[in-house]
Amino acid sequence: MSMLTRTAGYGPENARTRTVREPLMSRMAATLVMAVFTLYFLIPLWWLFVASTKSRGQMASTAGLWFADWQLWENLQYVFTYDGGVYLRWLANAVLYAGVGALLGTLLASMCGYALAKYAFRGRNLLFNVILGGVLVPVTALALPLFLIFSAVDLTNTYWAVFLPSLVSPFGVYLSRIYAAASVPGELLEAARLDGSGEVRTFFTVSMRLMAPALVTVFLFQFVTIWNNFFLPLVMLSDDKLYPVTLGLYAWNSQTNAVPELRTAVVVGAFVAVVPLILAFLGLQRFWRSGLAAGGVKA
Amino acid sequence: MSRRHLVRASAATVAATAMLAACSGGSGDTTDGGGEEAAACQPTDGQVELTYTGWVPGMEAAVEIWNENNPDIQVTYNSGPAGNAGTYQDFFNQLEADEAPDLGQIEFDTLPNFRVQDGLVDIGACEGVLDAGDQFVDWTWQQVTFGEEGSVYAIPQDTGPMAMFYRADLFEEAGIEVPTTWDEYAEAAQAIRDEGSYITHFPRTDVNWFAGLVWQNDGQWFSNDGDAWTVDLTGPESTEVAEYWQGLIDDDLVKDTAGFSDEWNNELNTGELWTWVSAVWGSNSISSGAPDTAGDWAVAPMPQWEPGANAAGNWGGSTVAVLQGSEHPYEAAQFALWLNTSEEALTTLNQEGGLYPATTAGLELPALQEGLEFYGGQAIFDVFAEAAAGTDPNFTWGPTMAQTYNDVADGFGAALGGSGTLTDALESGQEATIQTLQSQSIPVAE
Repeated sequence: MSMLTRTAGYGPENARTRTVREPLMSRMAATLVMAVFTLYFLIPLWWLFVASTKSRGQMASTAGLWFADWQLWENLQYVFTYDGGVYLRWLANAVLYAGVGALLGTLLASMCGYALAKYAFRGRNLLFNVILGGVLVPVTALALPLFLIFSAVDLTNTYWAVFLPSLVSPFGVYLSRIYAAASVPGELLEAARLDGSGEVRTFFTVSMRLMAPALVTVFLFQFVTIWNNFFLPLVMLSDDKLYPVTLGLYAWNSQTNAVPELRTAVVVGAFVAVVPLILAFLGLQRFWRSGLAAGGVKA
Repeated sequence: MSRRHLVRASAATVAATAMLAACSGGSGDTTDGGGEEAAACQPTDGQVELTYTGWVPGMEAAVEIWNENNPDIQVTYNSGPAGNAGTYQDFFNQLEADEAPDLGQIEFDTLPNFRVQDGLVDIGACEGVLDAGDQFVDWTWQQVTFGEEGSVYAIPQDTGPMAMFYRADLFEEAGIEVPTTWDEYAEAAQAIRDEGSYITHFPRTDVNWFAGLVWQNDGQWFSNDGDAWTVDLTGPESTEVAEYWQGLIDDDLVKDTAGFSDEWNNELNTGELWTWVSAVWGSNSISSGAPDTAGDWAVAPMPQWEPGANAAGNWGGSTVAVLQGSEHPYEAAQFALWLNTSEEALTTLNQEGGLYPATTAGLELPALQEGLEFYGGQAIFDVFAEAAAGTDPNFTWGPTMAQTYNDVADGFGAALGGSGTLTDALESGQEATIQTLQSQSIPVAE
């Protein structure tokens, strides 16, 4: 948690000079509320970790929040070798869908948002409003129509069926537009044009760098959205070798009545599957915070 | 946790099914689908590729054996989530887009749903299919033919005949007789409660378990006269079962733990629960969920309503169906027959996936004659083979079982919480089911 509260430009000295000191009681109350919420969010994760270290029998029979016999390595081995090591494949698929999808999605969203912010053209506001409307449509609602469309071009049950829809991020476009309007000065673009730089080159060499914090935010959001998008792969894919890890774990979990041993695999697999998300957030959160704040204030 | 997930997932399935049915409009023309295919079931010349989707662990091994021996008919197997957790909905979507797999795993209680949505190919005319009928346990064949002469809509794969798992050691220590009738079961429940434990749990979401009990009591929830469905969740047999368990709940003789939960596993493991009336596959649930009790369990036939009778119910079991749009129903039927009748396939599926065969010959598999250490060396499958023979062949499932289960489970939850009774739950389930059928333009007899 300490990483969340201390970020660039907000050191303790600054805070003291800028703000009036809050009364002790109020600060303690705030800290208490924060502590309760921290516990609330961390306990399930803690449980997941502890459960991952137990044998199947002990998972049910010992206290949930503390360790029994240490079985983590055996469990990990079980998960990674069960059914010919399909779990590893699911992880790789998820990284492919979410990683590459978020990268390309961020690029498209930034280009679109940048164009909407920096070029005046007919229908610009209408287009922007339509995209904003897209933010309101839950991705789940689109899964069935997408399935019928993809089946019309024979692309269901392929990587593309999950990958292509993941490239679209209306929220990313929105955030990119806000941030481009705020952080890319028109004068700079004028100067670039006068110096003979083409629009595309200006975008990649000047504007994109200025927009970097927002792009990290968009990337993270998109990464998490794709990683967690469960319904689309469920509808699109029938070959379990194409599954992302969420769907794979779900399939295992649905078989636990018949194969109770799989429950260990589900719990340990779920634990392993959150690690990349935690890493992505810890690594990128510095940018993420500043990007999010910018969008919030300037909107 | 997982159970709640399942229920929610199947609620979504129901909603989406209803949506699809509404969208496709014409597909509501219920019971006469698939008849044309039956007339023409001819082999295809040359190489045939089949796709098959299911969720039996280890199915790949059986498919591999087939592929080695049948170079001209190659089967590709895809493993998906359990039916109500998503695969059924996928099938419906794929049927809509005309790209369903050739073969799909469908549980017995969901076959009517696919039937009324016109998703199944009648393979009755395919070579060898009709003749295979007498190899299967009676009730399974009845359910895949829907009682129609000359038609077969799926090949039975596995079953879940029910019996009673009990803690032999605890019964003996406490000097309590192992119950053989439901009356004795209630008496034993009281005696066990006096010892400080519970005889069993009443699972709020396992409505198909409850259906198994009604099945044993000769009840009928659904029937179809060819034109319309009759819904009867509240018949005298069902009501008798509901009132019996309501009595146990009222007297605090059964726990309200959710089945298959960690808590439930723990209660089995610590000896707080003494029995579980369950299907054959439940043997695996106990042995892996309650490892500390190895050697203490035994299996007896289900308690009876009539002393000396040998009626049993069934909980679970699947079929393999040829889905509409398949270009090779002949080859698909041959594969499905081999998969579910040949000894090598049945042995593989039993070893790898724990399937309990639906053929009478399959019940004689060597692996099903052995004593199990976890059950004190008892050859428990003998009890289940007897149960399979004692299962009434005429039980019929409705066309919207996922919805029926959900609505009854809501009522069960309320009854366990003290508001309403199990009988109320059946009544509200009855109403909700009739409404759902009508909203999907499935004819209902009044």
